Amino acid sequence: MTELNETTVRAECRAWLEANWDPNLGLVEWRHKLSESGWGNPHWPSRWYGRDLPVGLVPVVKEEFARIGAIGPAEAGIRVLAAATILAHGSDMHKEKFLLRIMTGEDTWCQLFSEPGSGSDVAGAVTRAEMKGNQWIVNGQKVWTTSAHKAHWGLLLARTDWDAKKHAGLSYFIIDMKQPGVTVFPLRQMNGHASFNQVFMSDAKVEPEFLVANVGDGWAVTTTTLMHERRGADGLRTWGKGSTRPERAYEEERAEIATTMEPYKWYPQRAGRVDLVMPRAKETGRIADPVVRQEIAKLLTMSKAAEWTARRARTAQAEGRPQGPEGSLGKLVSSHIARAAARVHTQISGADALLTGADGPMDGVIAEILVSVPATSIAGGTDEIQRNIISERVLKMPRERTGDSDKPFKDVPRNLVG
Amino acid sequence: MKFSFSSEQDEFRSNLRRFLTDRAPVKEVRRLMDTDAGWEREGWQAMNAELGLTAVRIPEEYGGHGFGFGEHCIVLEEMGRALVCAPYFATTVLAAGAILHAGSDERKAALLPGIASGEVVATLASAEDDGSWDAVACTTTASATGRLNGHKSFVMDGHTADLIVVLARGPAGLAFYTVDGNATGLTRRLLATMDPTRKLARLEFADVEGTLLGSADGAYERVMIEAAVCLSNEMAGGAERLREDSLAYAMMRMQFGKPIASFQSMKHKAADMLLEVELAKSAAYYAAAALDEGDEDIAAIASLAKACASDTYSQTATHAIQIHGGIGFTYDNDTHLWYKRAKSSDVLFGDAFYHRERMMQNWAA
Repeated sequence: MTELNETTVRAECRAWLEANWDPNLGLVEWRHKLSESGWGNPHWPSRWYGRDLPVGLVPVVKEEFARIGAIGPAEAGIRVLAAATILAHGSDMHKEKFLLRIMTGEDTWCQLFSEPGSGSDVAGAVTRAEMKGNQWIVNGQKVWTTSAHKAHWGLLLARTDWDAKKHAGLSYFIIDMKQPGVTVFPLRQMNGHASFNQVFMSDAKVEPEFLVANVGDGWAVTTTTLMHERRGADGLRTWGKGSTRPERAYEEERAEIATTMEPYKWYPQRAGRVDLVMPRAKETGRIADPVVRQEIAKLLTMSKAAEWTARRARTAQAEGRPQGPEGSLGKLVSSHIARAAARVHTQISGADALLTGADGPMDGVIAEILVSVPATSIAGGTDEIQRNIISERVLKMPRERTGDSDKPFKDVPRNLVG
Repeated sequence: MKFSFSSEQDEFRSNLRRFLTDRAPVKEVRRLMDTDAGWEREGWQAMNAELGLTAVRIPEEYGGHGFGFGEHCIVLEEMGRALVCAPYFATTVLAAGAILHAGSDERKAALLPGIASGEVVATLASAEDDGSWDAVACTTTASATGRLNGHKSFVMDGHTADLIVVLARGPAGLAFYTVDGNATGLTRRLLATMDPTRKLARLEFADVEGTLLGSADGAYERVMIEAAVCLSNEMAGGAERLREDSLAYAMMRMQFGKPIASFQSMKHKAADMLLEVELAKSAAYYAAAALDEGDEDIAAIASLAKACASDTYSQTATHAIQIHGGIGFTYDNDTHLWYKRAKSSDVLFGDAFYHRERMMQNWAA
């Protein structure tokens, strides 16, 4: 057996791509070939469309794909989290049924965790799954569900035991979204976009074999999904860039990116658009105002220092050194940057900051920044939750006593909604 | 490397931290800060004999170790952390910097070995009564024969230095002159300052004999950039120490039957402090590496690091006193020593507002 190292992996991958990559194939057809070869997700098990490659060598494979311009497996959206969760906890039946169609992009997935009554406290879910006859019957409401209106399958966290304590009463299911018991409504945000959905489940059905792991294991499985979400958060939201080349596979990929990225089109604005601050200040002449200059400099200082802090964390990881506290700060600092950037942008634009759409500067982008940045400090773990995580896990400060860990969940005080 | 330290550098840091914990505990800081000199030659020479700290960045041909700012800034960060009372910054960053950038080979050979060995304590006198470190503010004059007239202020360790590098206007423009600390016509007065751990002096020059070191054109600007970066690293060390000490205090301080560290208001403050200190460290480390790598953008990067360190150190010190509560406002508690150093460091070589404007002059032109 060939030794696995950067050189051998690169050579083998390159040879396979040179022999097989064909941009005139259909996207799904090409991805079937990819899945057979194992080069699409080389870190997956060889039994399940992968090559057992250590995660550290995956970037080498990605470089080879980029070099030749080959398209990879479908990776955007919740489907990567579904794949990671199924690989970790799913049955062989789940792997057989779902992994291939995840890779080819034929199936779209959504994540049914958050509820109106449980935002930061995901384990407080009250969506109910009951075994009736030979089926799980699901009733409840989920929220902040990206792509639910397009999804074929959902990753569902539901309560199966109300006498157990909070975390122990949860189970994890894969639910068919295209059934009469599931209704999806778009959720309109304060910035006018509707990137997320509300999902109502009313006597929705789940076949018993679509339970993931065992009854009562729901929280452990959810933790896996969330861990991958956090790890891949940047990737999920990266603005997809398709090739502009004319061949069929590229054309189909462009259409796929456009569909997948549609909900995320305001995401650059929610991060504050630091990149636009200096050009806007020059364009408006506000660059001459010493007060504006101070504010811009403060923002750039924070933004650069945050970037360098992230680089320190990544370098430690790449060198195999233990990461210091710098690795846990990115989410929190991004909120500070977004807020400061919104403030500076509106300061620069003055009265024009009020104008939206075609009336506003940059076709409304500046106004959209102000009404989009509040999402940054809430989505994916609020600033308050981030501070709890930093203080408890990094600084080892004592955990707070919660009001829900010592009694059956049915006796825990909770919100009236949901 | 801008984003990590080598294992040799890590080892250097941990040896240094052990040494300073042992030789420069707060008790020693308190003893020295109460003296007029602010430091003692015996301890200074022991530190340099054992660890060669003054020699770190002096080139080998002048008796030094020839390391870069990466290593030099590790020393400064650790000294800032321990609040070491020694004329280290004045000697190795300011005076040695001016000599390295403005001196001829002969002058370097004459002046640097003494600094490297720790025998000569030196400083740079540039700011005057108006407290500006900009070269344009300099009014001290030098004659064609090097006679100096005028005054200098905010001179770090200026009342004790053996050798003073003076910025003055000579016949050919701004230049550096070297002056003996005991020269005739030189009057040195210790200023009464808020930060007792860093002594500042006012110097008056009445026809004092100076020796031309070289033109300050470009060289002074360069020394100020290096000073900003070095001080940023020193400040990052001090801020981190405050953060750690106040966290340790919050963990042991009991109120309402539990450690105050268990209150969410404390936990969130501690998380914010960690965030700010880590950002300041990243900026300071990046700037030190940028100096070593000859980064063309160094003027802006140095100002960014200084502005970041200034705001962070002061903010961290404010939080640290608040976390300590009443005891934090007492003289016996050590927190105020770093609080005061935070403010004096903010002011030296230009405060955060000044450096933010410098960043913009570089980036918005």
